[in-house]
Amino acid sequence: MKVLVAVKRVVDFNVKVRPKADGSDVDTANVKMSINPFCEIAVEEAVRLKEKGVVSEIVAVSMGPKQCQEQIRTALALGADRGILVETDAELQPLAVAKCLKAIADKEEPQLVILGKQSIDGDNNQTGQMLGALTGMGQGTFASEVVVEDGSVKVTREVDGGLQTVSLKLPAIVTTDLRLNEPRYASLPNIMKAKKKPLDTTSPEELGVDVTPRTTTLKVEPPAERQAGVKVASVDELLEKLKNEAKVIQ
Amino acid sequence: MSILVIAEHDNAEIKGATLNTVAAAKAIGGDIHILVAGAECGAAAEAAARIDGVAKVLVADNAGYEHQLAENVAKLVADLGGDYSHILAPATTTGKNMLPRVAALLDVQPISDILAVESADTFKRPIYAGNVIATVQSSDTTKVITVRTTAFDAAVAEGGSAAVETVDIAEDAGVSSFVGEELAVSDRPELTSAKVVISGGRGMQNGDNFEMLYKLADKLGAAVGASRAAVDAGFVPNDMQVGQTGKIVAPDLYIAVGISGAIQHLAGMKDSKVIVAINKDEEAPIFSVADYGLVADLFDAVPELETKL
Ligand SMILES: Cc1cc2nc3c(=O)[nH]c(=O)nc-3n(C[C@H](O)[C@H](O)[C@H](O)COP(=O)(O)OP(=O)(O)OC[C@H]3O[C@@H](n4cnc5c(N)ncnc54)[C@H](O)[C@@H]3O)c2cc1C
Ligand SMILES: Cc1cc2nc3c(=O)[nH]c(=O)nc-3n(C[C@H](O)[C@H](O)[C@H](O)COP(=O)(O)OP(=O)(O)OC[C@H]3O[C@@H](n4cnc5c(N)ncnc54)[C@H](O)[C@@H]3O)c2cc1C
Repeated sequence: MKVLVAVKRVVDFNVKVRPKADGSDVDTANVKMSINPFCEIAVEEAVRLKEKGVVSEIVAVSMGPKQCQEQIRTALALGADRGILVETDAELQPLAVAKCLKAIADKEEPQLVILGKQSIDGDNNQTGQMLGALTGMGQGTFASEVVVEDGSVKVTREVDGGLQTVSLKLPAIVTTDLRLNEPRYASLPNIMKAKKKPLDTTSPEELGVDVTPRTTTLKVEPPAERQAGVKVASVDELLEKLKNEAKVIQ
Repeated sequence: MSILVIAEHDNAEIKGATLNTVAAAKAIGGDIHILVAGAECGAAAEAAARIDGVAKVLVADNAGYEHQLAENVAKLVADLGGDYSHILAPATTTGKNMLPRVAALLDVQPISDILAVESADTFKRPIYAGNVIATVQSSDTTKVITVRTTAFDAAVAEGGSAAVETVDIAEDAGVSSFVGEELAVSDRPELTSAKVVISGGRGMQNGDNFEMLYKLADKLGAAVGASRAAVDAGFVPNDMQVGQTGKIVAPDLYIAVGISGAIQHLAGMKDSKVIVAINKDEEAPIFSVADYGLVADLFDAVPELETKL
């Protein structure tokens, strides 16, 4: 069966971003960009399913500017078979991303679509669920285990109270959580091979998707900064401060 | 304006997160209705009717809603929700799973995890692991929103007497089913609503050593959390993870033990009132947000703290 994997280009998780001085946007000039960590987990899961013989083809899709090709190439180096870039310089909100993915899913007819549960820039945690609504597919969000069965997939989900397992009819959507797997590193030969794998480019217009934003960011600002406090020399001093200064324990 | 709040409940009781969400609805202003979708959920619906400030409770009692399967509940909410100005749910795993699905059914771009209400269409929300706060304005007719519960003081659970109305819609998308669950059982308070939270990180070395933190927690009436590193290493289960991609907590007192203070961890706890860090590395970034830092070996400091309390 075929799997579609969404991979997003984001500011690397090690970078601490800051708002621009005029508060209009986040300053992302000259910062390191990477594949969203949750999307890397999504690619890895697809590759493992292929290694098990469950999956025959993995298609990696990204939406955004031309540079998203880099993240698609990363996915190809990790084991995806081909890539699709939905190229646009417009601001893409999750509803628009989900609509583009729906258009691609209609063409490609995958049995499984794997996405990250959340991207570490927008932190929205929406796209997979919205794709579910648009396609009518079931959704296994925040997955820590995925078992493909005959005509269905069993997904164990990380929920607030612990773990929940659901069974979904195929085709279905899975969004990855941190414990699903530990992604491999791409080997140099695979990085070289990835350069020759097919990568098609399309656009929201070609897919017939209106990406006009529904929300406007009026401003961005740093959060209230916490002041570093004091170092205490002993457990006794700590207890004294917590009782008499902070008054948080009796 | 009228606002539909999706209740978080276990069919018998309303969860605290619902009260914070009602508080956010009050901040927006308008008639507040609560939807209790579940199975044999009459008791939860009655409890919802007693929440202060609620005008009406809608109950959809059907086997298909028992486990809050998003495919079914989202259809129900979309059936009911189109005429509301706002649809709100707490940003819990249940709310985050279901509400974007509702939004897409209504062709709305949802707004996740709001921290503050600026006006009926403008909200503040954290992005980039809370390193940036964005003010966003929605142009959709119905605003679909998840609420960061720690950012809104709970509405009063008693005193209201809302009318309870039965909704006779049985949605079954037919694409998903519940198989089972493994829920953590604990006598300690819930992580996201506890007044005191003690979290352990990789410095704890193994799961057995968390016993020290449980003992300390029991003396303080605290909940116990963990860093991602401690969860990934298998010391403790996933429901204990605090951070950008785990749970958000804002207790009166947060004690970080053997945690370095990565931005992803800070994102989940830096709104705590008082932060204590115990770490043997005096350069650890956690000290830059700690009100009280103790540079010490946790294997000495934690037992000493416990005996002296
Ligand atoms: C102030 C501000 C200004 C912005 N300006 C722009 C801008 O000018 N242009 C711009 O492109 N973005 C911009 N963004 C980012 C953009 O708004 C969000 O990243 C976007 O809304 C997507 O949300 P998300 O990635 O958090 O979704 P989530 O729902 O958290 O993403 C979950 C998963 O969906 C998949 N996914 C999401 N998006 C894509 C994608 N594009 N390609 C492939 N898979 C994807 C991935 O698998 C991802 O793990 C801006 C953000 C802010 C805060
Ligand atoms: C996509 C993504 C999402 C993430 N989400 C989260 C999240 O939600 N929550 C989260 O916590 N992390 C998250 N992380 C991980 C985060 O980046 C850090 O790796 C993690 O928080 C580190 O955990 P730690 O502080 O326990 O471990 P470490 O960074 O290894 O720190 C251990 C600390 O223990 C101290 N120590 C060791 N032994 C002792 C001792 N005997 N006595 C006292 N101190 C001792 C050390 O000095 C050190 O400071 C995420 C990362 C990514 C990429």
